[in-house]
Amino acid sequence: MSIKINHLTHIYGENTTFEKKALDDINLEINDGEFIGLIGHTGSGKSTLTQHLNALLVPTSGEVLLNGENIYADKSKLKSIRQRVGLVFQYPEHQLFEMTLYKDVAYGPGNLGLSEEEIDKRVRSAFETVGLGEDMFDKSPFEVSGGQKRRAAIAGVLAMEPEVLILDEPTAGLDPKGRDEILEAIKIMHDKRKITVILVSHSMEDVAKLVDRIVVLSKGKIALTGTPREVFAQVDKLESIGLAAPQISYVFSGLREKGYDLPGDIYTVDEATEALYKFLKQVKQ
Amino acid sequence: MIKKACKDGDIMKMVDAKNVSYEYTKIVEVQGENTERKLMALEDINVEIEKGEFVAVLGHNGSGKSTFAKHLNALVTPSEGTVWIDGMDTKNDELVWNIRQSTGMVFQNPDNQLVATVVEEDIAFGPENLGVESSEIRRRVDEALKMVGMDGFQKDTPSKLSGGQKQRIAIAGILAMKPQCIVLDEPTAMLDPHGRKEVMDTIHRLNKENGITIILITHYMNEAATADRIYVIDDGKLVMQGKPKEIFSQVEKLKSYGLDVPQVTETAYNVRKMGIDIPQDILTVDEMVGAICQLKSTI
Repeated sequence: MSIKINHLTHIYGENTTFEKKALDDINLEINDGEFIGLIGHTGSGKSTLTQHLNALLVPTSGEVLLNGENIYADKSKLKSIRQRVGLVFQYPEHQLFEMTLYKDVAYGPGNLGLSEEEIDKRVRSAFETVGLGEDMFDKSPFEVSGGQKRRAAIAGVLAMEPEVLILDEPTAGLDPKGRDEILEAIKIMHDKRKITVILVSHSMEDVAKLVDRIVVLSKGKIALTGTPREVFAQVDKLESIGLAAPQISYVFSGLREKGYDLPGDIYTVDEATEALYKFLKQVKQ
Repeated sequence: MIKKACKDGDIMKMVDAKNVSYEYTKIVEVQGENTERKLMALEDINVEIEKGEFVAVLGHNGSGKSTFAKHLNALVTPSEGTVWIDGMDTKNDELVWNIRQSTGMVFQNPDNQLVATVVEEDIAFGPENLGVESSEIRRRVDEALKMVGMDGFQKDTPSKLSGGQKQRIAIAGILAMKPQCIVLDEPTAMLDPHGRKEVMDTIHRLNKENGITIILITHYMNEAATADRIYVIDDGKLVMQGKPKEIFSQVEKLKSYGLDVPQVTETAYNVRKMGIDIPQDILTVDEMVGAICQLKSTI
């Protein structure tokens, strides 16, 4: 599903003393099947923006088009929009409430009035996509790890078969292993289901590995957009808005400052290893 | 106050944990019947932390590191072994309040630990409960806010503050109780990079300028790299301890415990494996840049 945002402005508490412009004339186009990383510090407007995409918030002005259709045009369609645009909130495992993980994942599709077979099919497929085995079906949310709980919560949204999936800080509070598991699950999900994914994150390292395009928000405006390579090459701009590039890219900017001829757009460990090996080997010869 | 006997010339350790094990019972269903199963969250842990140290504790989720942290201010007491906090046995009920006054805790979620609707009232909550005189409370609140770099926020509402600011208010609330040690259990997990830096800068300053012992439990390797010493807990056992350079140079071992290393350390490790003679204990960007420049100049 493609998303088009035209001149979107959102003001909280308009005409009160608490008035705050959270989004300021946002224009953004997201293509069908694209994997977007949405970055910005706390209060930059990330959550406000994502909540417009499934009509939880109504714009103060401007519009949001899904497949060319204005989502606010017909209020009777809001339910179907929320079904098609799945939103996974921060700490989604806090929202697990059933006795078993299976029942929890089945809750959403159960409310869509689907047949038992269809529900079962969707639940199994969602478990598989997030990398949870059948042995987890009957586990209580209390007896599984934090990473597993979170994957089950994501599976619950996946079982609704959304066309767009928005994940708000999906790795917050997880250890490195749990983080890698979630990110791997999201990557597989995107590859397999070809859905549009929007990953909201503070972690540049996470985003760098996964997404096609990064959108950086600052003070309610889009400050930067481009491929990870293009965005991370602008370290100064990122820092001026309170963000940072992945740690390794600073090594290269440090070496370049000292006059060495090295690429300025490196941001992963693998790229860095290769570039440094070449650089140092060259010197040895 | 009953304290552990102190040998001549022996300065009391901030934390002295000897052979600490913690066992808990879990009810599990086996063939339709509930049975109790005993599980070990901590097994024979020995830890000594000196006053004024900055120590990081690493371990994956469920490794037992939070259970360990809870032993440090008597929220939990060991099933076996003993924990002394500044010479006070945590199992001694009479000392619990002294222990909690000397070792404060900061948790992950800032919203769960602020109790008042005005910043200064929140910070005053601790000393009020200690029965501190009101003019002294006023002084302590202002001093604590200065120490965390939040002077001027006395009359603000915590809910209007950023995550990093809220965590600093939580730290100020502990400082107002005049602690010797602060235990922070993943204090930056819910913060953005800016908030994370605010909190890290604050605790480093408290450690250096005020001599407060810091015990930081974290998943962020870059944060652990700034500690004096690191403990790694896995499956309830203490599996590694040492200076950051000693710990992070063991890349494979750390990964086997479900942890990772800073990007620069991993890159240096990879390049070294390919036969380039780069030091294996690189932790920071500056060290890495320095090492590469040196390599170039020697050839």
